[in-house]
Amino acid sequence: MQHDDLLPRDTPVTLIDETGAVVADERYRMPDDDLLLRAYQGLVEGRRINDQAYALVRQGRMAVYPSSHGQEACEVGASLALAERDWLFPTYRDSVAVIARGVEPADAMVLLKGDWHSGYDPAEHHVAPQSTPLATQLLHAAGFAHAAKHRGEDTVVLALCGDGATSEGDFHEAMNFAAVFHLPVVFLIQNNEFAISVPLSRQTAAPSLAHKAIGYGMPGQRVDGNDVAGVLAVLGEAVERARSGGGPSLVEAHTYRMQAHTNADDDTRYREREEVQAWIARDPLTRLRAHLVSRGLLDEAREEQLAAGAESIAAALREALNTDADLDPEDLFRYVRSERSPQLEEQWQLLRGEIERTQLTEAGGRR
Amino acid sequence: MTIAADIDIERSHHVVGTMTMAAALNRALADAIAEDPAVLVFGEDVGTLGGVFRITDGLAERFGEDRCFDTPLAESAIMGTAVGMAMNGMRPVVEMQFDAFALPAFEQVVSHVAKMSNRTRGAVRMPIVIRIPFGGGIGGVEHHCDSSEAYYAHTPGLTVVSPSTPQDAYSMLRAAIASPDPVVFLEPKKLYWSKGEVDTSVTMELGTARVAREGTDVTLLAYAAMVPVALEAAEIAASEGRSVQVIDVRSLSPFDDATVTAAVRSTGRAVVIAEAPGYASVASEIQARVSERCFEHLEAPVRRVTGFDAPFAPPKFEHWYLPDADRVLDAIDSLHWDDEVSA
Repeated sequence: MQHDDLLPRDTPVTLIDETGAVVADERYRMPDDDLLLRAYQGLVEGRRINDQAYALVRQGRMAVYPSSHGQEACEVGASLALAERDWLFPTYRDSVAVIARGVEPADAMVLLKGDWHSGYDPAEHHVAPQSTPLATQLLHAAGFAHAAKHRGEDTVVLALCGDGATSEGDFHEAMNFAAVFHLPVVFLIQNNEFAISVPLSRQTAAPSLAHKAIGYGMPGQRVDGNDVAGVLAVLGEAVERARSGGGPSLVEAHTYRMQAHTNADDDTRYREREEVQAWIARDPLTRLRAHLVSRGLLDEAREEQLAAGAESIAAALREALNTDADLDPEDLFRYVRSERSPQLEEQWQLLRGEIERTQLTEAGGRR
Repeated sequence: MTIAADIDIERSHHVVGTMTMAAALNRALADAIAEDPAVLVFGEDVGTLGGVFRITDGLAERFGEDRCFDTPLAESAIMGTAVGMAMNGMRPVVEMQFDAFALPAFEQVVSHVAKMSNRTRGAVRMPIVIRIPFGGGIGGVEHHCDSSEAYYAHTPGLTVVSPSTPQDAYSMLRAAIASPDPVVFLEPKKLYWSKGEVDTSVTMELGTARVAREGTDVTLLAYAAMVPVALEAAEIAASEGRSVQVIDVRSLSPFDDATVTAAVRSTGRAVVIAEAPGYASVASEIQARVSERCFEHLEAPVRRVTGFDAPFAPPKFEHWYLPDADRVLDAIDSLHWDDEVSA
C-alpha cells in the first residue's frame, strides 16, 4: 500500500448532505435502499432510546446516562456494518449501538440503572461489556481479533472510542498492536468534539484524528458522522478490508454530543448555546428523512409505523426501569472467582447475619 | 545460561529429576502448550531470545511463533490483548519482564482482568496467567527488584501465588494455567537458579500453604525468596535448641487460613517474613489474620520481618535492606521466651 493511501481525505466523506441531497463520491457507494431504510429505523429507535433514558435519569430511575443524542448515525452505522459473527467492543456512551446489535434495551441499561456492572452475556449478541475506562477496550478488541486470526476465523472486530480516548496510551498501544499483527479490527472514533468539558483542540494537534493511522501503517479515513450513509459506506469498506485479510483501519466520524456528558454535567460552563444550536441543522435523522422522502422511500404511514415501534421500545424501557429488580446480596460474592474462597464465604456469612438480624429487628440494625 | 535439567527418569510424558526453578518453569510452559492448543505465551523478548531470564527458552522454536511470540514493547497492550484473547477462548500466559515494568499494565489488570468475571456474572472468565519475575537479591538496578505483590493481592478477583522450590514452580504454574481465574504468578528471581527435585506428575491446588519444615516452638511464615531465609534461620535456631516450624505461604490470595492458623496455634509464636516494604503489605495482612485467629493461643505478639519502607536498595545496599537469617533470629528471640520460663 502506498503511503498516500493511508492518509484520510482533507474533508470527511459525505454521501447525503444536511439537506438530504446526494453527494457524488468516486470511491464510496451509496448504501442500497433496504440498508438505508434499516438505518433510518435504527436512528428513530436510537433517538427515542436516548431521550427516554435521559428522562428516566431525571426521574431517578437510572444512576446516570451518557447520551449519544446526535451521534445515532455512528451508533447505528457501527452495528449495521457488522455481520452476525462479528464482534462489537463498545464504550459507556454506546448503549444505542449495543441495543442495535440485538441486546434487550433493559439488559443494556443494567450498568446505568445500577443493578449490576453489565446486564448481558457478551457471547449471545457478540457485544463486549460496555467499557468505562477509556481506550482499554481497544486492546481487548485487538486481542479478540488476534485469537480469531490465530484460529483462522474470519471474524471482524469493531471497536468504538471517543476523541478524548485518542490521548490515552492504550489507544496508541491498540493501534500499534493491531497494525503489527495485521489484525481484522476496525477502530471507529466518534469525534463528538468534547471529552466531558475539554475540547478536541486540547486532545490533539494532528490535522485530524484519522491522520494518526498512517503513523501505525494502517489506512485512516474521515467521515461525516451525522451522515449514516457515509458512515455505512466507509465502515463497510473497512470491515471488508479486515475480513479479506487487509488488516486494521481507523475511521474518524465527525459528530457532536448534543447533550451534556451525562445528567451530572453542566455543559453551559464550557460551550456556547449557539454552537450546540448550529449542530441541530446537521442532525442525522432529519437529513436521512429528507433524503428518503425525496426519493419516495418513506411516507407518513411508514413514519408512523416506525414511531410506534420506537415508542414500544421506550415503553418497555420505562417498564423495566420502573421495576425494582430482585437483588440478591450474595451476588456480591458469587462471581469474584470461579470458586468462592474461604475468605469470601466468611464475608458473605457476615453480611447474611447482618441482613437476618435487620429483618428480625423491627427498628433495623443493632438498635 | 542454560536451562538444561538433569533428568533421572522420563517415563510416559512425566519427568522426575533435579532441575533449576527456571528449568521447571520452562518445562511447565512447554507441557502446557503441548497439551492445550488454547495456551499462548507472549510478551517482550520471549520468542527468539527465550526471555531475559530464559524461562521461555526454546518454546518458539519448538511450538512455532504462533504459540510463543514477541509483542511490541507495550505492557498494557500485552495485558489488554490478553483480555481480548481470553474472551475469545484462549488461555494467555503473559510475561512482564520485570516487576516494576508490569506497572503500565496495572490498569488492565485491576479494571478488567480482575473484574471481568464479576462484571459479567461469570459469563466471561479470564484464564490468564501473568508471570512476573519479582524481588531482589540479584544485584539488580532500580526498577528491577521490586516486590509488588501487595498491589495484586489487594485486588479482588486475582489469584496471587509465588513458588519457592522447583517442584512448586512446576506444579503451581501448571495449576495457574489450568485455572479458570486470572493468576498473578510471581517468580522470585533470586531462586531462578536454585535446584531441586521435580516430579512433573505432582499436581497442586492453588490457595494452599505448604509446611516446609516441622517444628514445635515457633512458626515462621514466609514466601518466595524468603522461604530459604526462614529455613536457614530454622536450622541455626535448631542448633541453639529451638524447634522452628516453617510454612511456605505460597498462595498470597486466596490465603490458606486453615493451614496457617493450625500451624501457629500449635506453636503459639509466629514471625512473618517478606522482603517487600512492610507498611500495608501482605506481611501485615498475614500478621493481622494470625493475630485475629490465634490470639488465645499466642505466647507473644506476632512479629514481622520485612523490607524497609524505603524504595528497594541499590545493589551495594542490598545486604542491609533484605531480611536475612540473623534478622529473623533476632525476631524469634524477641517472642517473650523469658515470660514462659518465669511462668
